[in-house]
Amino acid sequence: MSAPSASHPAGQVNVWAVVARTFLLALLVCLGIVVLYPLIWMALNGFKDNSQIFGDPFALPAGWSWANYVQAWNQGVRNYVTVSLIVTVASGICTVLISAWTAFGLTRSRMPMKPIVVGFVLGGLMLSPTVALIPLVKMLQSMGLYNTYWALIILYTAFRVPFTTFLIRAYMLDLPRDLDEAATMDGASEGQVFWRIILPLCRPIIISCVILHVLFAWNEYLFAMIFTSGADLQTLPVGLTSIMARHGTNYAVVFAAMTISALPIVVIFFAAQRYFIRGLAEGIGK
Amino acid sequence: MTGMDHPVSAVAGSGAPRRGGLGTLPSFRWVAIAVILVGWFVYYPIVDNFVVSTTNQDIYTGEIEYVGLDNYARLLDDPVVWISLRNNLLYAAISVVFQVFAAFLLAAVIEGLESERSRRFWRAVYFVPSAISITVTGLLFYFIYQPRIGLLDAGLSALGLGALSRPWLGSEDTAIYAIIAMSQWQGFGYSTLLFGLAIQKIPRELYDAAIMDGAGPLRRLWNVTFPMTREMTGLMIIVTITGAFQVFNEVMVMTAGGPNNSSQVLGTWLYQQGFIQNEFGYGAAIAAVIFLVTLVTGMAQLWYTRHRRVQL
Repeated sequence: MSAPSASHPAGQVNVWAVVARTFLLALLVCLGIVVLYPLIWMALNGFKDNSQIFGDPFALPAGWSWANYVQAWNQGVRNYVTVSLIVTVASGICTVLISAWTAFGLTRSRMPMKPIVVGFVLGGLMLSPTVALIPLVKMLQSMGLYNTYWALIILYTAFRVPFTTFLIRAYMLDLPRDLDEAATMDGASEGQVFWRIILPLCRPIIISCVILHVLFAWNEYLFAMIFTSGADLQTLPVGLTSIMARHGTNYAVVFAAMTISALPIVVIFFAAQRYFIRGLAEGIGK
Repeated sequence: MTGMDHPVSAVAGSGAPRRGGLGTLPSFRWVAIAVILVGWFVYYPIVDNFVVSTTNQDIYTGEIEYVGLDNYARLLDDPVVWISLRNNLLYAAISVVFQVFAAFLLAAVIEGLESERSRRFWRAVYFVPSAISITVTGLLFYFIYQPRIGLLDAGLSALGLGALSRPWLGSEDTAIYAIIAMSQWQGFGYSTLLFGLAIQKIPRELYDAAIMDGAGPLRRLWNVTFPMTREMTGLMIIVTITGAFQVFNEVMVMTAGGPNNSSQVLGTWLYQQGFIQNEFGYGAAIAAVIFLVTLVTGMAQLWYTRHRRVQL
């Protein structure tokens, strides 16, 4: 049942082992269906019309018309995708750059009270957005940032810098010091060491961090719901709920909109699985 | 609990052995932005939340009245707070069963498969829901639980269990369980992946030795895999409980706490009181409860990480 099973000594493969193996495989397959079928159902419902949706839920669509997808795209989803893209890209660049700087400072540069700084930045991981919500609303309103892109970009950056710094710092701690020490001997400044040597060496973990950040920012709901109110500033997760409110009766369009917003992230996950898993593995520690 | 929050232990300790002295101030430029950003937008609001919780204020008129601990006293008399706490605890308990123990077993099964390709395949399949926005999965299950068009009732009647069907989200008895079930569906693949990574790190020699001793698969699971990932399991339990007390999105999307507040959790009740009822002070007091609970679990995590030398 468990564990990397090394080759069985001959004679140990008995009937029970075959039964157990078949059972486990059946379990994996059933669970796979439970996981994937609702998602496939969602995409298929985007091809149906309302009368079909109210018919047999298991039936395939009568035709493969993209009409619902086109309608969903034109009636809001395009705007939501644009907003989500802007917020995700801007906060992603800020988060990764600031985190890489910070990780560099924490691993490579001389600094008094370094353990306190490390504890302060990484300690931010423990604090949850929910608890900060009410003060943040007051703060961003008084700063005039309420209902702007900046609100989301700043908050996504501030709340993701601790985690991203944690990942990059762990990676930088493992990098050999010979290279940057040699460069320093040759008279390179700290800035040059960072941009020319350390940052390029950190490419794999940077890519992982970008992907983890995209997953976070594309899907974030709480901040996006609270800090934006105009339809033109809603990100996809928030926009979906307002499509639901507007098209409440036209379920097919809602299903199409849900599928459109889920698809990019699933594609990114499969395309970049390797980097994604590296990020998680780094998080668990060695 | 969102799949993507990946709480990590904050392990303090400096990376470089070198000592800084005076004249090292310019080095702070590397960390200055992060320190200011995190201090301003992450730490300060937590402190401010306690200040807000001792007041009653109206965001529109700007009136602020100092009320001391009244809001906390009000918490104790608010039946919905107790419903919410119960629901958060239910969330925690059920999530520990499925996203820690079941996920561990599933990871053991997957990592025990012979071919690397099928291992990778199953890990990826189960992870897919975790990559998707909780708004999408929440709405999807909102539809799945619908009586007329939903998959659940149709599936039950196809299995001859049509008598079980009911308005899953519309009934006070089932709403919170329906939401928690969705959350398990979405989240178990993520923890399975994490457990898989931990199991991969177990030295193969341990398994070889166990096989030499004649240990069957179940013995190996119990005597090697489980003890070797026990620390990871402990940490996952803590992290899962923390997440369960921060739940917001799925409840908001699927029931907004209804019907009749039966599926409220602390997060949605905070939102309801703070932003719908416009009672910032009382909302902040609810937030303080969430903070205290997560502070305890956070401390437990820190302690555990230090003592057991694992991180997540």
